[in-house]
Amino acid sequence: MSLLSLETLSVQIGPTAILREVSLSLAPGEIVGLVGESGSGKSMTALAIMGLLPPGAQVSGAVRLEGREITTLPERALCRLRGNEVGMIFQEPMTALNPLMTIGDQVAETLMVHQRMPRAEALAVARDRLDRVGLTAPRFPLDLYPHELSGGQRQRVAIALAIALRPRLLIADEPTTALDVTTQAEVLSLLHDLARSEGMALLLITHDLAVVAGMADRVAVMQAGRVIETGATERLFRRPKARYTADLLAASTHHPAAARTPKTGAPLLTVSAATRSYRLPRPKPFAPHPELRAVDNVSFTLGAGESLGLVGESGCGKSTLTRAILGLDPLASGAITLSGHAVSPEMPSHARADVQVVFQDPYGSFNPRQRVERLVAEPFHLTGRPADWRERVAEALREVGLSPDDRGKFIHEFSGGQRQRIAIARALITRPKLIVLDEAVSALDVRVRAQVLDLLAGLQRSHDLAYLFISHDLSVVRAVTTRCLVMQAGRIVEQGLTEALFTAPQHAYTARLLAAAPQIPQAWTEERHATALV
Amino acid sequence: MRPALVLGAVLSAIALVAALISLVWTPYDVTALQIGARLQPPSPAHWMGTDHFGRDILSMIMAGARTSLAVALVAVGIGMGLGVPLGLAAAAHRRRWLDEAIMRGNDLIFAFPSLVIAILITAVFGPSALNAIIAIGIFNIPVFARVARAGALSLWTLDYIRAARVAGKHRTRISVEHILPNIANLLIVQGTIQFSLGILAEAGLSYVGLGAQPPTPSWGRMLAEAQTMVVMAPHVALFPGLAIVATVLGLNLLGDGLRDALDPRLRGRVA
Repeated sequence: MSLLSLETLSVQIGPTAILREVSLSLAPGEIVGLVGESGSGKSMTALAIMGLLPPGAQVSGAVRLEGREITTLPERALCRLRGNEVGMIFQEPMTALNPLMTIGDQVAETLMVHQRMPRAEALAVARDRLDRVGLTAPRFPLDLYPHELSGGQRQRVAIALAIALRPRLLIADEPTTALDVTTQAEVLSLLHDLARSEGMALLLITHDLAVVAGMADRVAVMQAGRVIETGATERLFRRPKARYTADLLAASTHHPAAARTPKTGAPLLTVSAATRSYRLPRPKPFAPHPELRAVDNVSFTLGAGESLGLVGESGCGKSTLTRAILGLDPLASGAITLSGHAVSPEMPSHARADVQVVFQDPYGSFNPRQRVERLVAEPFHLTGRPADWRERVAEALREVGLSPDDRGKFIHEFSGGQRQRIAIARALITRPKLIVLDEAVSALDVRVRAQVLDLLAGLQRSHDLAYLFISHDLSVVRAVTTRCLVMQAGRIVEQGLTEALFTAPQHAYTARLLAAAPQIPQAWTEERHATALV
Repeated sequence: MRPALVLGAVLSAIALVAALISLVWTPYDVTALQIGARLQPPSPAHWMGTDHFGRDILSMIMAGARTSLAVALVAVGIGMGLGVPLGLAAAAHRRRWLDEAIMRGNDLIFAFPSLVIAILITAVFGPSALNAIIAIGIFNIPVFARVARAGALSLWTLDYIRAARVAGKHRTRISVEHILPNIANLLIVQGTIQFSLGILAEAGLSYVGLGAQPPTPSWGRMLAEAQTMVVMAPHVALFPGLAIVATVLGLNLLGDGLRDALDPRLRGRVA
């Protein structure tokens, strides 16, 4: 008998159908991946299982947990169910824990509430659960506070919380999206291990097909509130039945047309021995300030028209280096030159116009109160606004695949992918030589990401642009760059041609990064390509 | 249109129109005492009755609206006009000496009880509506500076501010062009709160004799004078009280409505 079964579950909020006849089942100990793009109803499915749907939601169909219908249960019964039989972990480990409670108390609290366990006993169980998720004593005592832990460690605490009562079902909603690759690999392997060893069913919700490829027994693909395909993982990857699934898989392994080999000659951007450090608080009164070298003696060059990748985990100094290259922050020592001009916060405007930037967050990149026309024209501040600036904006919008009529709209009228196109239009407007792409496609759904990568490749050919492509996503960097730098703790530990670096990494850290990155097995995709050709 | 915005606008407009009309006309002369007609209940001749000197309450409320609104408006204007630029400058120079200087100056003003400073100002310059405005205005400066700085700090970390810096824009320009419009909603809401607090502060200062001096009518002094007569003639306290409540409510609704109407993200949605 299946542990959990959704039977033609439909959820409607107001006039909008959120879920349409979703049917899904999980057996004990089974790992099912639920994948789909943003807005496809993945998270809403999880909330429906937990009985956490927003007020006013109309539900039809059934959610059965061990044969018991739970959509009609009263709130009291649902409270007993949550935690006891169904645990859940969320995407953001920074906000999932109470910052004012120790990790031991947070895990123990669940036990004290649900099982009326005395505090001492609850703390003992909490110790056991934290040991189980890899936060072992004596390095991780119970009286640590969440801020004393890293993101991955916090996610482990969240998992310990979720499994404290040994639920039969664990729902993980994008549990590793906010984590670095190496941390992601550890957390995924922990979840896999927990499901297998404790016979706990795991519903893994993610947008990342590579994550489910390595984890799930079965995969369900959602689109617009429907489950459009369910199947054993390998079968689904090798021979997707639904057109949409095939599109998703193709997009996730998409390689845009290769950039031209860059011209040789004087490099466009030269970074030599760049160093930037931050003063940390004094450890003791009157002690000298310790220094953190966020960027430590970094040197590299970037040629005109070249795509250079910069990969590294959070805190490695990527962002600090980016700010220095954009001329926003000064360097402590070393020098950066861009087409012959020294880069610094005091650099002249015309030199600054040669470098533009596209940021990660398509929602935070624009002033919500200005119209697209003004947003795109902002970099004209550097060059002086030409008389035909409106035409230039229209042209830039056309180049990124939008309509010139979009000039009069506000940014909230666009989707994430469209916003990222507008960000690219803004970066193009001064006709720069270098565009810094700071995680520019990380927040996009796979199909949109593939389109934006194609757009970037096309623009690079037509405008002879150089890209500095900063990302934590190794597969994207591999697909779009010709040369690549690997950064760890402020230093460039390895650099070379992307293909060579990915196939035969020289530095141990690069090898570790590559090993940790989730991948869809090559054999699975080859077969698909073969069938596609037939 | 949003009903709350309409109601707020109507209530605020009534207060404003009453104040403006009182400049040229009131039903009765507010300085004329008619002891024989004192403490009359509302009647066709005196819609809101008369007070203990026989003055027409409707006329006094109209003229009092002028005092209350003028004092509160100018005080909020002083607070916003000086506080917001200071707050923006502090945020733009975060953790540098300018930020420290501005914010510690704010703390200094906050550290003094406002009534003590008001008494000090009026002791030096004499009690008057103008000095009440200055006293209330000074205490609005740090309020607006803090709100502006807090709102601005959260914006300075956003990507579109970084994009503006990449576009070579100076801190001052970014503050005016990007930061100010995006904290306008905070400032409007704070402005309406300070406006209503200003009306109450004016009433408080008038109550202790430090605000507008007789015979200039003031809602606050009307309330203060009515307090001994509430049992005999409740209307004497009721109408100035209602005037204050309706104006403060109207301003708050107006502020909320304006905040939503000014935000393009909320525009066009039904409330």
